Amino acid sequence: MTNIYEELSWLPPAPADFPQRLARAITGQDLAQLATYSLDDNQLRRLSKKLDELKKSDRYAASLRDVTLGIVSNATTQLVAPALKGSALRFGLALEVVQTEFNQIAQIAYSGQDTFSSQAMDVVLISIDHQGLPFVQCPGDSSNASNQLQDCLQYLMTLADALHRKSNAHILLQNFAPLSENLSGSFERRLTGTWSWLLHNLNRELDLLNRSYITVVDIAGLAANVGLANWHDPTLWHIGKLSFAQRFNPVYGDWIARIVAARLGRSRRCLILDLDNTLWGGVIGDDGLEGIKIGQGDPTGEAHLALQRTALDLRDRGIVLAVSSKNEDATARSPFREHPDMLLREDHIAVFQANWSDKASNIRAIATTLSLGLESMVFVDDNPAERLQVRQALPEVAVPELPDDPALFSRTLIAAGYFESASFSEEDRKRATFYQDNAMRAAILNQSVDLESYLKSLAMEITFSPFNEVGIQRITQLISKSNQFNLTTKRYSEAEVTRLMGDPGYFTLQIRLKDTLGDNGMISVVICKLGSETWEIDTWLMSCRVLGRRVEEAALAHISQYAKAAGANKMKGCYVPTSRNALVKNHYKNLGFVQVAGDVGTESWELDLTQYRCASLPMKISDSRKSSK
Amino acid sequence: MLSDIDKILQKLTPIFCDVLDDDSLTITQGTTAEDIDGWDSLAHIRLVVSIEKAFNVRFSAAEISGLENVGAMAALILKKQA
Repeated sequence: MTNIYEELSWLPPAPADFPQRLARAITGQDLAQLATYSLDDNQLRRLSKKLDELKKSDRYAASLRDVTLGIVSNATTQLVAPALKGSALRFGLALEVVQTEFNQIAQIAYSGQDTFSSQAMDVVLISIDHQGLPFVQCPGDSSNASNQLQDCLQYLMTLADALHRKSNAHILLQNFAPLSENLSGSFERRLTGTWSWLLHNLNRELDLLNRSYITVVDIAGLAANVGLANWHDPTLWHIGKLSFAQRFNPVYGDWIARIVAARLGRSRRCLILDLDNTLWGGVIGDDGLEGIKIGQGDPTGEAHLALQRTALDLRDRGIVLAVSSKNEDATARSPFREHPDMLLREDHIAVFQANWSDKASNIRAIATTLSLGLESMVFVDDNPAERLQVRQALPEVAVPELPDDPALFSRTLIAAGYFESASFSEEDRKRATFYQDNAMRAAILNQSVDLESYLKSLAMEITFSPFNEVGIQRITQLISKSNQFNLTTKRYSEAEVTRLMGDPGYFTLQIRLKDTLGDNGMISVVICKLGSETWEIDTWLMSCRVLGRRVEEAALAHISQYAKAAGANKMKGCYVPTSRNALVKNHYKNLGFVQVAGDVGTESWELDLTQYRCASLPMKISDSRKSSK
Repeated sequence: MLSDIDKILQKLTPIFCDVLDDDSLTITQGTTAEDIDGWDSLAHIRLVVSIEKAFNVRFSAAEISGLENVGAMAALILKKQA
């Protein structure tokens, strides 16, 4: 019996010609492609070596996002680093791993002059296991035990703070895998001062942690998934000071890489479902409404229902649902409309594509309708041939391997970790509805005679506010996740956003948009650096679901009004091209800016405010700066 | 006819190539860590873990650190499989 986590069963098995394909790889994309297979530790190591070689060559195109990750550990990390690098490629990241000398933790935490933390790093992983904690068992001695618990917590916080302060990196802090064997058995966790008690309580403290620059990595959860007695390997600890059994390197690498990717806004956002034998048992076109298996009372029906439950739960987390099925449209929709046991209903599905075109074309159509990139998509289909076709045609789309037994569909989909997230906001909760409303707007647009009358019919209401406490979480989220409509792709942490909020040298803007079909929530963020003559736009980003609604024009009108009032006569903006923001290449040009000379790798634009006139806009405008005065 | 040891050696070769990332590697019973580039103590652990998986055997800490050459490794695998 294979373990889904050890084997990364949601990924297709590595091809037999893996070494040859690796030898032929010349671009970062080639490597990212090879990383989409389930690779063992040796294959990941080869992949990471190849990445190092390619980086030195001039043919290596920077299609990957460079990320530097430091590791601090009480154990041997040299064997883990290649697995991290190899797995990160799966998420389009070219990871540079910086390691410390063995067990240099105290030096880093307490000395001012270590070489490690003065390096520039994006992320630092604190990978300490229970052997690295300052703890001596004291069964039954409550006061000693709680002192030691606080000491352990303090130790981790000191380390995290020091690393963050010196390197300005985001901190990934691992929690602790419990021990697999306990002297007193079930009673152990209740007995104060035991390892079991300590790790349980320490993990609880970490759950309650509230520091914006720390993300806790649930290693306890991963270790539990693979089995604690498998995770801890006393032989390997004694011989090489390995924290966990070497065979879990691939899943550990994936586990860490998906968090790093999520923080960079690379989690998936849309789940596309096949219907026949995926959402229900049987074929609706052949078996009919009475013949398909869905619902309680039948093991196959219950298994498919469990996948529907998972899809709905994902929708509650802000994941958009769509359908792609080879069927007649009416036939495909009938279970959603008429079958009493279906959990999923038509109005849960933002885009419904039932036709006889190939699945790749349908997925492309879904992406276009939702204004989401293909790299945001997950496609679930029981049919291996369909999965293969989509993987070949659209390599950006994640297509999990599914086992034959539908009872395991849901587990496989969740285990793949496509929807990893580092935070959860009110906007997330409502996002699926936003996209649905958007699909309806698209339908209205089809009926409207022209764009202007369409926009008018939406009765839009736009609200401008400076950054404020209530908005901080969503603002930070937009800053860390927006890739397409993002002029400079600068990323700021929650702490940095908070600092900007109170900085009189900056004009900050959060924009919300409502219309007849619903509340879009916060959809745009702008940050301007103030100068006496010139206001410089540091950040301008917008959610793609409000593209074409003239929000940019309204934003510029709003900002220019304040800039003029402050005595400025010019606005400056720049476009920093990335692999994903070609959408806004002409943003400033369209707004009437003129291109000027700028730095290498950026396009600079200027607007003469004395000449600027704003067109009338089809929306109602409210300005909280004015209303609060 | 190949001897049992030779059969094990044959199965060991691709594992060595894979772990040490050198597809041209050849090994004999007499091969030691000094003979092969990159066969250091950490690579030794990776080698052992890969061998354990391929042959479905498990080595003790003493066995792992006591192996002198490839022949000793093959003999140990043979003994564990018996």
